[in-house]
Amino acid sequence: MTAPSLPGLLPELEVVRKDFPILERVLAGGVPLVYLDSANTSQKPQVVIDAMVDHLERHNANIARAMHQLGAESTVAFEESRDKVAAFIGAPDRDEVIFTKNASEALNLAANTLVWAGERQVRPGDEVVITEMEHHSNIVPWQLLTQRTGATLRWFGLTDDGHLDLSNIDDLITERTKVVSLTWVSNMLGTINPIAEIARRAHQVGALVVVDASQAAPQLPIDLAAMPAEERPDLMAFTGHKVVGPTGIGVLWGSRAVLDQLPPFLGGGEMIETVRMEGSTYAPIPHKFEAGTPPIVEAIGLGAAVDYLGHLGMDAVHAHEQAITAYALEGLASVPGMTILGPTDAAQRGGAIAFELEGVHPHDIAQVLDSRGVAVRAGHHCAKPAHARYGVQSSTRMSSYLYTTPAEIDALVDGLEYTRSYFKLG
Amino acid sequence: MMTAQNLDVLYQEIILDHYKNPHGKGLRDEFEAEVHHVNPTCGDEVTLRVHLDGGIVEDVSYDAHGCSISQASASVLYDLVVGKPVDEALAVHEEFLTLMQGKGEVEPDEDVLEDGIAFAGVAKFPARVKCALLSWMAWKDATLQSKGSTDD
Repeated sequence: MTAPSLPGLLPELEVVRKDFPILERVLAGGVPLVYLDSANTSQKPQVVIDAMVDHLERHNANIARAMHQLGAESTVAFEESRDKVAAFIGAPDRDEVIFTKNASEALNLAANTLVWAGERQVRPGDEVVITEMEHHSNIVPWQLLTQRTGATLRWFGLTDDGHLDLSNIDDLITERTKVVSLTWVSNMLGTINPIAEIARRAHQVGALVVVDASQAAPQLPIDLAAMPAEERPDLMAFTGHKVVGPTGIGVLWGSRAVLDQLPPFLGGGEMIETVRMEGSTYAPIPHKFEAGTPPIVEAIGLGAAVDYLGHLGMDAVHAHEQAITAYALEGLASVPGMTILGPTDAAQRGGAIAFELEGVHPHDIAQVLDSRGVAVRAGHHCAKPAHARYGVQSSTRMSSYLYTTPAEIDALVDGLEYTRSYFKLG
Repeated sequence: MMTAQNLDVLYQEIILDHYKNPHGKGLRDEFEAEVHHVNPTCGDEVTLRVHLDGGIVEDVSYDAHGCSISQASASVLYDLVVGKPVDEALAVHEEFLTLMQGKGEVEPDEDVLEDGIAFAGVAKFPARVKCALLSWMAWKDATLQSKGSTDD
């Protein structure tokens, strides 16, 4: 395959691809892997795999409590990963980085601690605002919160072209609004949302701004410290495995002021200052929110992952995604019966492209593509309300990443043509 | 061409025929029980009604949204159970379930399963077994409810 070259692609893309051993995989039938499911989970570079193996082989010990050399090494490696993550998102303060199990746990930490007594407690009559394009993990925790507190859940609708409908923002974000939680980049529509504008409006009424950055962190340069305070989220969640890190590790970043106001989430070891039978006092952040032995090797893997992305440069990663996304939008549009969900201008979207192919169900598309080595996702992508908004039961989604080549997009488009002929369409 | 052959194991002509021209599709008014089953991983869904009369499966009517496998399987279900005594239909259900859970190692009995034997290949694709079973599970659920209501 000779790969067409596009402006904006990562320099030395073939060399970058060599960092990811799995991209050499040959699948059943002798076909090479074409991995277009990175919005689901990204592949891992050798440096991440090596960092985790090295830790387990040479430094493994529990952290922050073992009074021996291995314990010290492990603690240093774990805390260095926090520094690396802080640098990756431009956190104003490294202690504002809380390690969680995944983005879902990070969002649930926020939604749960807002239920409990404290300065930020959500009460009956209060309102929580989300959007119709959220992943289920940024819908269900807020449904639970509003059900438990007697508050009201409201949401931004979507325009026909896949953007947030901001026409009623003044009606939605009011003095009653206590929380506004939204995704930065949609995992289904790909839309990049104007979080600065919404945060500014939410902050004017004193609401807390929570941003789900699960799809943004892999592809957009994030510099929290550089954002004007009124436009900066108060809490931001993302997951490790979508930023070339391992599963089992996620991040909740929060401003110190807000994290200090929230009560503890899980109780246990390491989150305390002192414990007596009558009651306990709690450790300062970040440990206040990290009860129990954390996912140590996973955090170390995540540190290596964001380091790797930092070396490539997130501006370069973003430019690559934009170039591939534009190329993919063009290629997909050439397939008869194709409907793209979400914005069709690459500049307004991320690298996940969900689509419908008339006459073939997404499962069947994914199955035929899989027989040719092309891995995509089929289903509702944990965004059922967004699908319902567009009258779509399920869709097929291709999602690229920093290692995706134009030739792989060609393989997808060829595979879709083949799918149409297999199901005897026109 | 290896891969095309693999695909043909899954997508037998019979399956594609039922997909394009499903038998018994649509919701009809006579029924004792209606159920709604979904496959939470993909969002496929079926609303299915069962009408029993004198111990006979008089009608199975359904509205289904899903892939070719799930649609064809609902059509084959209709052909296999309508007109049969309930116990016999439940035995066919059992036979189909055994085939689908057999990891591709169960030899289907064409006398019992008729067009249903085309699903033998689906059993080799673990991710698709649920698609094939969606309407069958819904039918069993509705039939047992329907049986309960008519027994009373």
